[in-house]
Amino acid sequence: MSTVTQHISRQFDNELETIRSDVLAMGGLAEQQFSDALHALMQFDVSLAEQVIENEVKVNSCEVSIDEECVTLLARRQPAAGDLRFVMAVIKTITDLERIGDEADKIARMTISLAEKSGPRSYYIGINTMGVFVRDMVRDALNAFARMDSQEALVTAGKEPESDEQYAALLRQLITYMMEDPRNISSFMDAVWVARALERIADHARNICEYVIYFVEGKDVRHISIEQMEDEVRGG
Amino acid sequence: MQPSSTDQPRENMNDQTNTGRAGPGTHAVNIGALTGQVEKMSLVDENPSINVNGLNLYYEEKQALKDITMMIPEKKVTAFIGPSGCGKSTLLRCFNRMNDLIDGVRTDGEIRIGDQDIFAKSVNVAELRRKVGMVFQKPNPFPKSIYENVAYGLRIQGINRRQTLDAVVEKSLKDAALWDEVKDRLDDNALGLSGGQAQRLVIARAIAIEPKILLLDEPCSALDPISTLKVEELIYQLKANYTIVIVTHNMQQAARVSDYTAYMYLGEMIEFNDTNTLFTNPVEKMTEDYITGRYG
Repeated sequence: MSTVTQHISRQFDNELETIRSDVLAMGGLAEQQFSDALHALMQFDVSLAEQVIENEVKVNSCEVSIDEECVTLLARRQPAAGDLRFVMAVIKTITDLERIGDEADKIARMTISLAEKSGPRSYYIGINTMGVFVRDMVRDALNAFARMDSQEALVTAGKEPESDEQYAALLRQLITYMMEDPRNISSFMDAVWVARALERIADHARNICEYVIYFVEGKDVRHISIEQMEDEVRGG
Repeated sequence: MQPSSTDQPRENMNDQTNTGRAGPGTHAVNIGALTGQVEKMSLVDENPSINVNGLNLYYEEKQALKDITMMIPEKKVTAFIGPSGCGKSTLLRCFNRMNDLIDGVRTDGEIRIGDQDIFAKSVNVAELRRKVGMVFQKPNPFPKSIYENVAYGLRIQGINRRQTLDAVVEKSLKDAALWDEVKDRLDDNALGLSGGQAQRLVIARAIAIEPKILLLDEPCSALDPISTLKVEELIYQLKANYTIVIVTHNMQQAARVSDYTAYMYLGEMIEFNDTNTLFTNPVEKMTEDYITGRYG
């Protein structure tokens, strides 16, 4: 897991490996949900949005079953050091993955709501740009988790402030539209919620990166600035 | 919805209700009041009880301890872990010169307890062992009454006054968390006690003579889990008054009872750190491999 060397107990190795691959499967699912939701929004594909809403429970049930695997492993193996940090990182990562699933579900619901309204589409470009940016962040965060690569995690977490800037810019833009065209405030509000969901997903991706750093480096880098995080990781 | 998010980018939607920022409301929590905080410990803050300096030990030609330098902190629990034959029991037995009893043992280097070098010629070994008590893997009560087992150390010091002995026996048995179980049968033979009780009796016997340091060599390896927990609870109580050094094969036990843990391998001290750090984020890869079960 953390190292090339294996446990004396092969069964322990198998259990850790099962958890790891289950988290990656869950990550793939959450990423797919988000990607589909974004695609549905851009294409006004209501049936795809409905499918995302339907699949949301799958992400939830992944969280429940991985949680159970972790509880069992803690009870039976009493992992220490790297193994313990791995299990802690997993327990936290799946919470963020589940929330990414929730946000994808929100975007899908907004898609259906927007499709029912005949509002303007002028905000699309901004949403799409931010959506693609955040989707890449999620993918990179999951790659960092898969490879347990703290450098990649650091780089990816470092992109999160940019998503905040994009969110702020998008809000300003949407507020301007609302003032110009008050009849369609309802549509613009839906777009605000989508932007908010994207901003949250970027936060979750950053959290996952922080857990990867915790696992690899043994350092808790939550709630500090990106610069401090870089110092922690490079400080060795 | 506030239009700007850059100053609170990590805000959680639920946060407004449960952080200190909630002001005088019912959810305002004083973070410093959290009871679950992990105590940060560091060896540099501790008072030394035993100082080991460049200690080497040889059984005939074979070197069993290699250049050990460490400080055992006062009134704390220090655990030695490591695979069989790594020298942890040998090191423990140096602290009250039990190795003197083994033929062909040679040591160099220094062990200081207080300001005394325990290897100095002037040291009275019996006196040293009164200060540094020891409990072994297998409980070894004497074939005498429970009372006489505890009073033994005092009797050989020539203390025979019944009142004094009664008081010491009661206090030691209470300190060893055994009093309630044996107070009505103090005159029964100690060999009739269960393993866990016998081990606590031996600890009572050790603390009756008020040592400063208590050495425990695998004190729970012959005990059932409940008795083990009782001894561990006892260790926790005892560290208020004694410096405790414990050798254990059971890593979870070291994690549960100790403040500091030393990992030894092939006679060398690989890592000596506070127990929280050693079990969550050890510095040395060898330590990591051992405590995660990758040694082999």
